Amino acid sequence: MLVPLDEGVRELVRDGDTVALEGFTHLIPVEAGHEIIRQGIRDLTLVRMTPDVVYDRMIGAGCARKLVFSWGGNPGVGSLHRFRDAVAGGWPAPLEIEEHSHAGMANRYVAGASGLPFAVLRGYTGTDLVGRTPNVKAISCPFTGEELTAVPALNPDVAIVHAQRADRAGNVQMWGITGVQKEAVLASSRALVTVEEVVDELEPVPGQVLLPSRVVTAVSVVPGGARPSYTHGYYVRDNDAYQAWDAISRDRERFAEWLRTEIHGLPPAREGSAAKESA
Amino acid sequence: MTSAAAEAPACTSDEMMTVTASRALRDGSACFVGIGLPSTAANLARRTHAPGLWMIYESGTLGATPSVLPLSIGDGELAETADTVVSVPEVFNYWLQPGRIDTGFLGAAQIDRYGNINTTVIGDYGAPKVRLPGAGGAPEIAANCREVVVIVRQSRRAFVESVDFTTSVGHGSGPGDRERLGLRGAGPTRVITDLGVLEPDPRTRELTLTSVHPGTTVQQVREATGWDLAVSADLRTTPAPDPHELAVLRSLTGRTPPTHDGRQGTR
Repeated sequence: MLVPLDEGVRELVRDGDTVALEGFTHLIPVEAGHEIIRQGIRDLTLVRMTPDVVYDRMIGAGCARKLVFSWGGNPGVGSLHRFRDAVAGGWPAPLEIEEHSHAGMANRYVAGASGLPFAVLRGYTGTDLVGRTPNVKAISCPFTGEELTAVPALNPDVAIVHAQRADRAGNVQMWGITGVQKEAVLASSRALVTVEEVVDELEPVPGQVLLPSRVVTAVSVVPGGARPSYTHGYYVRDNDAYQAWDAISRDRERFAEWLRTEIHGLPPAREGSAAKESA
Repeated sequence: MTSAAAEAPACTSDEMMTVTASRALRDGSACFVGIGLPSTAANLARRTHAPGLWMIYESGTLGATPSVLPLSIGDGELAETADTVVSVPEVFNYWLQPGRIDTGFLGAAQIDRYGNINTTVIGDYGAPKVRLPGAGGAPEIAANCREVVVIVRQSRRAFVESVDFTTSVGHGSGPGDRERLGLRGAGPTRVITDLGVLEPDPRTRELTLTSVHPGTTVQQVREATGWDLAVSADLRTTPAPDPHELAVLRSLTGRTPPTHDGRQGTR
């Protein structure tokens, strides 16, 4: 149940899996995403309502084959350059995309968590999102005949979320903005949760979401695991890091260097410094 | 020249736009707020004429009263100051979908003469010139809020004859389209720009210039529009921001770090 992050990722995430890292601005499991990059996992179908810097990094590192999402940007800053480069430039690999609205994605998780094949909503009607994917279809209400929209359930192989804390039995507690994480965990076959800390007893907190251990496959203690997003009650959002990501991610070489030093912990590959040393 | 300059208020065109947008919000109404200019306008309204404005951010914070402008829709302060925090499915299913929200505030990368909005892609979908963030909450905000207010800087690049991609439906291709599609809200009732205010013509549903900001000419607005912009017979001049509104706005933006960017639209 309690495992180191590298072991948790190795056991739960496989090449070709459909993986959902969720967290709506708050509690984004960034460090788990980094570990997926370090382990060189490939051909993933990445699912996430709001792919931001963590998916930009995973896409740029070549982990993804497909992205299912509803809003892809660097919140408050601008675009995701690695995502854009993959979509427009096929770098480092072509990226298939399937896009939805937030309401559609949220309902797809709800259907997945509920054991239903699809969800019904008032949405998408008249937009060009319809027709870009077979996963948005009109449906008539069997009682009134009213025309509504259906989207199929999302049932990822693995959900990965970050939370404030867990107890030793693997019950997980999170609070603040809890987004769609409960639904994502309940919709998935396996769930990996990174937490700030493990405690003996989970003191109730107003507005908490509690994930019983029976729906959690593995818990890893990763303090700071949501940075540069934030963990309510532990640390605040690092807005400067989101800003800095814009410059790092614009350029393929600069991004590759960032991967090398920040993710793989290797020394800088810059010819500049090597040349200086030999001279 | 001199007279236009004399009429211009002592504020920037963005300030003019934000203040005008804030005035579109009624006290006591519920507003679905996107990050950027909509959030600035809503927070300004709450501090001036609409202290009872109920702000909902799509992260699930209902009735948030932040002291600084949030940088993302999920900032911690939104949760701390909210009446309650609900899950994302609950925001969309229980609050937006049944029509509980009076005003939806949206941005746009492109908007056309019928107020249809594109935040998805510029150019061809399969081989885009610019890949934008995408839909987010906008399609259902545009469909289900009682009315929609759009805030966008006016230029030929943004105000186009027809959008490259319809992310959110405005008035479709004209009268009766929203009804035919089963969209229950009124759609865009105002498009507020840095040059003026456009409203759908009651008969044709085409966006029509109904107000120009002080110091701006009709010609300037038409030149910044990618279609032959209709002008209302009773064109008004937008009332300039009063000193209190400007002071509150500047104090708000002054307390917000510079990473804040209104250009991202529907966030």
